[in-house]
Amino acid sequence: MIDKIAASVADAMAGVRDGATVLIGGFGTAGIPNELIDGLIAHGAKDLTVVNNNAGNGDTGLAALLKTGRVRKIICSFPRQADSYVFDELYRSGKLELELVPQGNLAERIRAAGAGVGAFFCPTGFGTQLSGDREVREINGKKYVLEFPIHGDVALIKAECGDRWGNLIYRKAARNFGPVMAMASKKTIATVHEIAELGTLDPESIVTPGIFVHHVVKIDRVATQAGGFKKAA
Amino acid sequence: MSNYTRRTKDELAKRVAQDIFDGAVVNLGIGQPTLVANHLPAGREVILHSENGILGMGPAPAAGEEDYDLINAGKQPVTLLPGGAYFHHADSFAMMRGGHLDICVLGAFQVSATGDLANWHTGEKDAIPAVGGAMDLAIGAKQTWVMMDLLTKKGESKLVEKCTYPLTGIGCVKRVYSDIATLECTPQGLKLIDLVEGLTHAELEKLVGLPIAAA
Repeated sequence: MIDKIAASVADAMAGVRDGATVLIGGFGTAGIPNELIDGLIAHGAKDLTVVNNNAGNGDTGLAALLKTGRVRKIICSFPRQADSYVFDELYRSGKLELELVPQGNLAERIRAAGAGVGAFFCPTGFGTQLSGDREVREINGKKYVLEFPIHGDVALIKAECGDRWGNLIYRKAARNFGPVMAMASKKTIATVHEIAELGTLDPESIVTPGIFVHHVVKIDRVATQAGGFKKAA
Repeated sequence: MSNYTRRTKDELAKRVAQDIFDGAVVNLGIGQPTLVANHLPAGREVILHSENGILGMGPAPAAGEEDYDLINAGKQPVTLLPGGAYFHHADSFAMMRGGHLDICVLGAFQVSATGDLANWHTGEKDAIPAVGGAMDLAIGAKQTWVMMDLLTKKGESKLVEKCTYPLTGIGCVKRVYSDIATLECTPQGLKLIDLVEGLTHAELEKLVGLPIAAA
C-alpha cells in the first residue's frame, strides 16, 4: 500500500543531509511552510543552500533558520523587505552568500529542473547585471540568456489538503512556488491542514499530482500572518 | 518663467487609466502604479494580474476581512473578483514572458529615450539588491508603461540619453506617463504625446535636455 502520510514533521525530515539544497515555498508569508522550517531547524542539517522568493520575515520561519547560521547560500528574487532584518545583518556581515534571480527566472529554473530540461534560453535579464557571463543567443531577432535549472534535494511546501498518494490542492495565492518546487526535488515534503480519503479529492482539481510528493504531514490550521510590507502607523 | 501645474499623483494615475482599453489584462507594479486601479473609467472591464498567481484581482478587503493567503505582489491583502483564478508562479511568469499580458505599469529611477529601463537597483554599494518580478515584467508585457515624476528631487531629468543606474531591461518601455508630460520612447528617441497646461514643447525639451519629436 502506498501511504505518504508521515506521522510527524521529524519523521518526514529524516535523511536530510548537510549541504542539501532546500527549496522552500512561499511568497511573502503566504504559503511558507513554517512548521517544516522549524522541523529543519530541529533536525540540525547545516551548510544548506536555501531557495525561496524572499529571505525571511521577522524572527520566525525562514528568518529563524537563517539565524541558526546553518545556511551558506540563499537563492532568491526579493530578499529586502520591511522586516528582513535577520537576512540584512547576515548579508552585510558577509556570512550569507546571495544569488539574486529575477522572479520569473527563479520559477522557470525550478520548473526546468522538474521537467528534466538541461538549460533554456530566456529573454528576462538580457543586458543586465543579473545575466552574468552566461551565454547570449539571438533567436528570431531577439536576445536570450542561457539559464540553468535549480534542482532541490528537498522541497518544503505548504498545501491545503492532500491524500495518502500525495495529491495536493492549495489555498488561494499560497500556491505560488509549491507546484514547481514539488516537481524539482528528490524529496518533497508538504504540510496540509486536511487529509482527504483517497478518491475524495476531485481529480479535475488536483493541482500537484502525488508523483511529485513524498511525504504529507498534517498540521493544525493557523491563519497566515501578515508580513513583508510596511504596516500603516 | 513658465507657469505650469504638475499632475498630482491621482491625476497622473487617472491619465494612465484613460489609456487602458476595455478588456485589457494589466499588471500594476508596486507603489504608485497601484493607484491606477482606483481611476479605471467606468464601463471598462479590465483584468488585473498579480505575479504571485492571481488574475482578476480585486480591491483591498474591508478591515477585519484580510486573508493573508490572498495578497498582492506588495504582500498586502487583496480580494478576488468573480471570474478570477489562482495559478502557480511558473504559469504566472509565462503570462508575461509569453506575451499574454497587455500592459504593465511600472515605476522607474530612469528611462532612456529609446526605452531602456532602470528601476530595480540604485547601484549603491551598501544597498541590498532586490529585483522581484521587475525584469520579467519589463520585457514580458506587450506594452510596458512607466509612471514617474519627470524630474528628481534635485531637478535632474529621469528621462535620459543613457541610463546610469543598473538596467532592468533594454528598449522595453513604450510610454512614460509623468507629472508634466506623456511621452513615447521609440528606437529614434522621444516623441511627445501630451503636456500639462502652461508647459511648452520647448520648455519640456529644456527640462529633459533631449530632442523630443512633436506629437
